[in-house]
Amino acid sequence: MEQSIKHIWTLLKKDILLEVRQQFSFYGILLYIGATIFVIFLAIEDPDTRVWNGLFWIIQLFVCINAVAKSFLQESQSRMLYFQSVVSPQNFVFAKLLFNSLLMLVMSLLSLLLFSLFMGNPAEQLLAFTGIVFLGGWSLSLVFSFLAAIAAKAQQNAAIMAILGFPLIIPQLIMLIKISDAAFSINAKVPLTPVLMLVALDAMVILLAAILFPYLWKD
Amino acid sequence: MDAYMNKWWWKILAVLLLVYTIIAGLLFDVPRIQILNETIRNLYFHVCMWFAMMILFTISVVHAVKYLRTNNLKSDILSRHYAVVGIVFGLLGYATGTMWASYTWVDPNNPAAASFGAIAREPKLIGAAIALLIYFAYLVLRDSIQDIDKKARISSVYNIFAFAFLFPSIWIIPRLLPSLHPGGDGNPALNPQDIDDRMRLIFYPAVIGWTLLGVWIATLKVRLSILKEKNLLSK
Repeated sequence: MEQSIKHIWTLLKKDILLEVRQQFSFYGILLYIGATIFVIFLAIEDPDTRVWNGLFWIIQLFVCINAVAKSFLQESQSRMLYFQSVVSPQNFVFAKLLFNSLLMLVMSLLSLLLFSLFMGNPAEQLLAFTGIVFLGGWSLSLVFSFLAAIAAKAQQNAAIMAILGFPLIIPQLIMLIKISDAAFSINAKVPLTPVLMLVALDAMVILLAAILFPYLWKD
Repeated sequence: MDAYMNKWWWKILAVLLLVYTIIAGLLFDVPRIQILNETIRNLYFHVCMWFAMMILFTISVVHAVKYLRTNNLKSDILSRHYAVVGIVFGLLGYATGTMWASYTWVDPNNPAAASFGAIAREPKLIGAAIALLIYFAYLVLRDSIQDIDKKARISSVYNIFAFAFLFPSIWIIPRLLPSLHPGGDGNPALNPQDIDDRMRLIFYPAVIGWTLLGVWIATLKVRLSILKEKNLLSK
């Protein structure tokens, strides 16, 4: 147990270090967020709440695909061979999930800030909405991390992630949009059941990743 | 596996059940309810398609698990063909549903396209669309990989991962969106209060009959592709 925590921590540190040293990908995603939101700002001047909500989550979806796609694709075949000899597949995939979750939390916060800056923030319960954004970003990042692993093994690009992932993510997106709607009105309470269902789905993804990833990573 | 494929009694059973379904389904007495009227007979066809689809997808995922445990390519062939036949049943389910909806849901005063937007938001239709999209994506993923073993392993992993999402989706979405569909927050036709006892006598045999037909089609396809791959599998 203690050793696997150490392994996960080392792998996580390696990913963070790589991110800090090769900043192009981080700024690339940042530019992606900025450019998309700017285009939307020019196209739709003053969206009403429902449009704002829908656009926000669709953008989160695409940001997530772009942010997470790299995580497994960047590992070359020979480096994967090295990882196979030093860590267990579960530790490897947990480190990746953790890193992508952190990355997506940062990206969610940034896109929320940019969205509020350009198009105003209709959320009346700001704290609750920020929490939903974090939860949503986390859910998206977990699902797409695993799909990125599949895409990387199939030697495909991010396009196949979208094909594989869109049908799976529909229920979570609908739930996120519904609970965000509650955070937009001042006296509606954010319903607890969908939040718990999202957390349960996240737990399921982590479990499935632990069970299924060993089959993906050996050639 | 060959043993059960070559048995023929269940094929006769399938034919008998389907003949019974069609004759009894079209001739026997059904309760007359407003709007539904005689279209209720579509229950023996439309609902059975979805039952058969889900059962075939479940068989497909069982074979995917089997493949990961044994690395036997035969399981992968089975998994693929059950998924394909499941898709066919899903499309037939949409086709029969469209006919049913055109008599019950569509407002004759509006152009057809206006009704489509409203009907396409139906939670049951979204759930079915998710299921079909997942298995279309499964086929795309399969065809994008050249290496046979890799193809089998990766697509099995996706099959299991996606299937684990499918059931929560079918369970969650109807609870989030308003619905016109009968059995709005559960499984239509399974609830004892949903259907008349007379219809039950035809409905359950019909489900078994259609599912057996699907399994039959799948086994034929499997046998064909096993013959094609014989050189690979005999090693």
